[in-house]
Amino acid sequence: MQPRIKQFPQLAAAALKDEQIQNNLLGLYNGFHQARIAASEATPNWDELSDRGRAIKAHTIDNLDYYLEMVERTVTAAGGKVFFAKDSDEATQYVIEVAKARGVKLAIKGKSMVSEEMGLNHRLEEAGIEPVETDLGEYIIQLADETPFHIIAPAIHKSKEQVSDLFQEKLGTPPMTEISDLAAEARRQLRKKFIEADMGITGANFVVAETGTVALVTNEGNGRMSTSMPKLHIAITGMEKVLPSIEDLGIMLRLLIRSATGQRISSYVTTVTGPRKSDDEDGPEEFHLVLVDNGRSKLLADPALRESLYCIRCGACLNACPVYRKVGGHAYGWVYPGPIGAIVSPMLTGLSDGKDLPYASSLCGACKEACPVKINIPRMLLYMRHQLAEGDNYPEHKTAPLGEAITFKLWRLSLSNSLSLKIFSGLARLLQKPFAKDGRINKLPPPLSAWTNLRTFPALASRPFRKRWKS
Amino acid sequence: MTQSKPPVQASLFVTCIIDQFYPDVGESMVRVLERLGVKLDFPQAQTCCGQPAYNAGFWSDAKPLARRVLDQFQHSEYVVVPSGSCASMIRVFYPELFHEEPESLQKATSLAKRTFELSEFIVDVLGVTDLRHLSGDVAASESKKITYHEACHLRRELGATTQSRALIRSLPGIELVEMDQAEVCCGFGGTFSVKYPDISGAMLQDKLDRIKATGASSVVACDCSCLMQIGGGLEKGGSNVRSVHLAELLDDAIGKTVRPDSRLG
Repeated sequence: MQPRIKQFPQLAAAALKDEQIQNNLLGLYNGFHQARIAASEATPNWDELSDRGRAIKAHTIDNLDYYLEMVERTVTAAGGKVFFAKDSDEATQYVIEVAKARGVKLAIKGKSMVSEEMGLNHRLEEAGIEPVETDLGEYIIQLADETPFHIIAPAIHKSKEQVSDLFQEKLGTPPMTEISDLAAEARRQLRKKFIEADMGITGANFVVAETGTVALVTNEGNGRMSTSMPKLHIAITGMEKVLPSIEDLGIMLRLLIRSATGQRISSYVTTVTGPRKSDDEDGPEEFHLVLVDNGRSKLLADPALRESLYCIRCGACLNACPVYRKVGGHAYGWVYPGPIGAIVSPMLTGLSDGKDLPYASSLCGACKEACPVKINIPRMLLYMRHQLAEGDNYPEHKTAPLGEAITFKLWRLSLSNSLSLKIFSGLARLLQKPFAKDGRINKLPPPLSAWTNLRTFPALASRPFRKRWKS
Repeated sequence: MTQSKPPVQASLFVTCIIDQFYPDVGESMVRVLERLGVKLDFPQAQTCCGQPAYNAGFWSDAKPLARRVLDQFQHSEYVVVPSGSCASMIRVFYPELFHEEPESLQKATSLAKRTFELSEFIVDVLGVTDLRHLSGDVAASESKKITYHEACHLRRELGATTQSRALIRSLPGIELVEMDQAEVCCGFGGTFSVKYPDISGAMLQDKLDRIKATGASSVVACDCSCLMQIGGGLEKGGSNVRSVHLAELLDDAIGKTVRPDSRLG
C-alpha cells in the first residue's frame, strides 16, 4: 500500500470535518473501549496474565531467530512450506508465483493486515487473479476500494446507509435498511466465491513454533472457510507473530480477544498445522506460510523501539486513544493507525516521511493503560520525537524545523537561571500589553491565533509567585 | 495528628506555569500546606522542570534545566509539586532522560523517591484524607457542585487516582459530581495543542460538553496546564463554569486562613 503518512495533517483535518466519521468514532469509547475494560476486570489476575503475555513476547522477540528457525522446521515437518520475505515485494512475488503455477483464478482472503502492507489485492488483480475479502468489514472496504479504518473493525467508519448504497452500486442489490439483511447479502455473495475459489489467503494472529501451527481469530468463521475449502492455502504474517508453545497461545488468545472486542472467546478460533493429512476430513492440499520482515528488523535492532514488536494487533490502544477517536484510521495514512501505528507506520515506511505521527499525541498515556502486553507507547513516541529533533540513531531523518530548534534554545536561555527568567518574563509582560485585558488574552496574532481561536490564554501575572514568597 | 509529630519539612517546586501565570494557585498551596503543619521552603533559583523541550524531542535543551532541579532539591526531605505533569517529569522522566549519565541518574533516582504531586503529598505523605477539621469555621450554607478532571500524567504516570477525590469528598459543602469520561485527556498535551490546535480543540470541546452536563459550577484539576486549556475553552465559550486548581478548592474550603508564621509575603 502506498503510504500517505506525509499527509497526516490534511487527512486529520478532513476527518474532523466529516460528520459521519465523527459520529461513528463517538461509539468507540462506550463500545470496544468499555467492553475491554469490563472483560479485563472480569478476568481473575488480569494484571498477572498481562505480565505473562508481555514476558512471552519479550522472550520470543529477544530470541526471534531461534523461533523462526523452529517454525521453518515444524511447518516443513507438517508438510507445509515456509518462505521468509525480506519486504512486501518479495512476499507479493512469492504469492503470485505460487498462485500462477497452480493456475489460480479466484482467491478468497481472510483478514490480513500484512497483506494490506503489501497492497496485495491490487497486485493480484494486476496478475489476473480475482481477490475476494471474506471478513465482512474487509469485504465492504474492498468494494469501496478503501483501506482499513481500524485494525479489527476495518469498516467501522461506514454507516449502514453507506453500505447499502455501496452494495446497490457494486452488487446491484435493492436498498436495505437492516444490518442483518446487508450481512445476509454479503453472505450470499461470498458463498459462491468460497465454493469457486482456487486459493485461500489468510493472515495469522499467532504462529506456534513448537508445532508449526497457525492460529486465526474470527467472529464470522471465514477464517476456517478460507483455510479449509480451497486446495491451496497461503498464510501471510509478520515475523513477530511467532510464539514458542501452545501454552503460550492460550495466554495470548485470552489477552487478544478480551482486549480486541471484550469477548471471552471469539466465535471462531481456527488452528491450522500444515496441509490436509491423509486421514483429515478436509483441508488444503498445499500449505504455505509467508513470514514478512518489511522493516521489522529495524524495530528489532533498536532497543528503544523493540517492544513495538510485542504488539498483538488487538486495537485496544486505538479505542483508548482520544486522538484516534477524533481523526480516525485513514488520517494515519498507512496500514496501522492510532498510537501503535504512530510508531510502526513511520518506522516501516520512513521515519521522516511519517514525522507528523509521533507528534500527533497529547502523551496522555491511555494507550499504555489499555495495552494488554503493557507496551510503553508514549515512551517510544518521545524517543522518536527526540530522533527527529536531534537524535543520532537516525541521522538521515533529523528533520525538525530550524525555527523550532531556535525556539527551544531561546526558551532554554530564558529559564536558565532566575535572572534570565526575570529579564525574559519582563520582556514578555511588555509584549503582552496590547493583547491582555483583565489578566486574559483573547486574541493573539498567527501562529498563536490557532490557540486563541478556541481558547483564551492567561496573561502573565503582574506579580509572580517568587515575589510573593518571604525569603 | 500532625501536631504530635515533628513538623514535616518540604520544598516547593511551584512550576513555571504557576509561578508566572497562576501565582494565586501557588499561594493557595502554601496556605493549605502550612495549615497542615508543613514547614516549607522555596528554592529561589528554580525555574522550569524542562518538560516542554523533553516532550518536543529537544532533550539537549531539557537536560540543563533538569540538572538545575536535581541540584536545587538535592537536600530536600520532600519536594511538593502542584502539577501531576511536572511531578511526572521529575519522578518518571528524569531517570529516563539521564539513563546513560550515572552521576545525574543517581541524583534523579534519589529525587524521584522524594517528589510528590500535591494531592499525593497530602494523602500519602502527611496521611491526611479529611480536611473537615480545618474547615470548621467556614460556613457551608449551601452545597456547591463541582466536577473533577483527572489529569493524564497524574493518573497514568504517577498512578494517583484516589487521593484528590478523597480530599474533595471530605470538604463540607462540596458535592463532587463525576463527569462522563473524567479520565479522558482534555487535549492540551503541551506542544500538541500548538502543533495540532484543531485536534486538540475537538478533544477540548468534548471535555467542555461533559463538564457542562454535570451542572457543576467549577471544574477542579491537579494541573494548571489542563486548566489553561479547559479554562481557556470555558471562557472562550462564555461559560460561567470556573476552572479551579485543587489547591484553590482546598484553600477556599479552609477559609484562606494564613498562619501567623506564614512565608507568604
